[in-house]
Amino acid sequence: MAERFTKSMARNIYLGGSVFFVLLFLALTFDTQVRAMPERDNRDQLTEEVVRGKHLWEENNCVGCHSIMGEGAYFAPELANVFDRRGGGNTEVFKSYMRAWMSSQPTGIPGRRQMPDFNLTQREIDDLAAFLEWTSKIDDNGWPPNIEG
Amino acid sequence: MMKYESQRVAMPYFVFALILFAGQIVFGLILGLQYVVGDFLFPEIPFNVARMVHTNLLIVWLLFGFMGATYYLVPEEAQTELHSPLLAWILFWVFAAAGTLTILGYLFVDYATLADVTMNKLLPTMGREFLEQPTITKIGIAVVVVAFLYNIGMTALKGRKTVVNIVLMTGLVGLAVLWLFSFYNPSNLTQDKYFWWFVVHLWVEGVWELIMGAILAYVLIKLTGVDREVIEKWLYVIIAMALITGIIGTGHHFFWIGPPEYWLWLGSVFSALEPLPFFMMVIFAFNMINRRRRNHPNKAAMLWAMGTTVMAFLGAGVWGFLHTLAPVNWYTHGTQVTAAHGHMAFYGAYVMIVLTIISYAMPIMRGRPYGNSNTAQIVEMWGFWLMTISMVFITLFLTGAGILQVWLQRMPESGDALSFMAGQDQLAVFYWMRFVAGTFFMAGLVIYLGSFFIKGAAAPAEEVRGPATEDA
Repeated sequence: MAERFTKSMARNIYLGGSVFFVLLFLALTFDTQVRAMPERDNRDQLTEEVVRGKHLWEENNCVGCHSIMGEGAYFAPELANVFDRRGGGNTEVFKSYMRAWMSSQPTGIPGRRQMPDFNLTQREIDDLAAFLEWTSKIDDNGWPPNIEG
Repeated sequence: MMKYESQRVAMPYFVFALILFAGQIVFGLILGLQYVVGDFLFPEIPFNVARMVHTNLLIVWLLFGFMGATYYLVPEEAQTELHSPLLAWILFWVFAAAGTLTILGYLFVDYATLADVTMNKLLPTMGREFLEQPTITKIGIAVVVVAFLYNIGMTALKGRKTVVNIVLMTGLVGLAVLWLFSFYNPSNLTQDKYFWWFVVHLWVEGVWELIMGAILAYVLIKLTGVDREVIEKWLYVIIAMALITGIIGTGHHFFWIGPPEYWLWLGSVFSALEPLPFFMMVIFAFNMINRRRRNHPNKAAMLWAMGTTVMAFLGAGVWGFLHTLAPVNWYTHGTQVTAAHGHMAFYGAYVMIVLTIISYAMPIMRGRPYGNSNTAQIVEMWGFWLMTISMVFITLFLTGAGILQVWLQRMPESGDALSFMAGQDQLAVFYWMRFVAGTFFMAGLVIYLGSFFIKGAAAPAEEVRGPATEDA
């Protein structure tokens, strides 16, 4: 670097640049969270059932194999749109699908990936289904590209 | 010799970091095998448990490495003894015990039971990717980091205030502050995800780059003898670029998790610039080494210092750029392309910078001021090449898997696209090759660790190319 470009100029770019972008990021975060998100995340549908479902999702570390909105592990299918994929967008169909699915795990087929039995009650499975249904209705710019997730 | 006796407290941190590193790779191999032999170790160690152990061990050993690096370099930069070596030792044991107990908890207690017995209900923070630790462990990490910062801060404040110390401290304070977001877990999944990235992205594509830059600058000052004014100027420019691009670059994670569409533009543009600081690190390291005023006999440390910049640029920079533009990420988000990038970026930037400072500092702490014996260095460099080349292949195979996955599962219309599991079957050949590359990585690690057991010190002969401004 040319001698004309001094250390204190470099430091000023660092300090000025980072302060500016931290403030910009905070402003954008404020706009995203306060103005934009309420219209995109269907929070009026965020029932107690959904909240219980989210806790079940967390306490059984579902994200350790699955992805949800593309985030998590990539060992098992995407679940943010499983309500549409397996339930056809119908609450009752999806709940019965979930009950049947959860009770048939693990399959025990040799060599195949196995999903553990989490010993959930019927009500807990319904809560989980409600959480996944709510998640499927978040406006995420239309992702994933197709139904397979 | 070490300039300050208290620098020696870095040693247990480095040793424990390397032990956990070995554990991380063992679980990596288990995971790699489970990708193709689905029921391997089921139900004893399900995939999610092995993955949690693999990723959490990585995070914890890198933190041990950062702490060891800090304890080693801050006293020397500040030209004073560490404020409290006793506190550093106490924190070592607290952190080691908490980390070990948490990993054992993952392995031997069912996760839902672990959540129950650690009273996750009181302050639910568990069950989110990389933040799986019980809340009590998270509090423990916060306490250890705060006490660590106190110890280091008191040391830095009473001594010489160098740019390396200031930047390192800034990075570590940022690490601590952002960790607080791990305690924020709203019931609204989109909000949860948005602030989850305040820990994950703003750590690895933000403040950790400050830590990496500071450690790299310190090692280059020591190895090359180049005037620190020059090195400090580079350091400022690099971290300026890291934060200018990386903060708004967080937006590349906001494309498909709920936030509004302007993030598609902001995230794409700024994260496309995120390779810049890593590219500058390459130029910086090679430039300083070309302008070196001495030929330091620790060739292995020099190799790590060059290697970390190149691999970080490839892994974080190039492989990040490959899928960071929104129209590309639309297809690649959450596929094996992401896994490919994650592996090489973490290895190149953070594993290798920790191994760089270990390679430089460990011999000195073991009474070998000019580095290990020639034989030991050659063995260490074999470890370097085996691990690094294996990681390149792991990344290439995962990238191949990811591209095929996108082709089969993401690109076709609904109805024509393969289901996730049907697609996975088609990727098996890539997963097998990745597993084989993983075993070579393990072999490289064994050789690397073996180099620590070779006795002897390097000869003190040092060809001086010009007046060095500071002693090694």
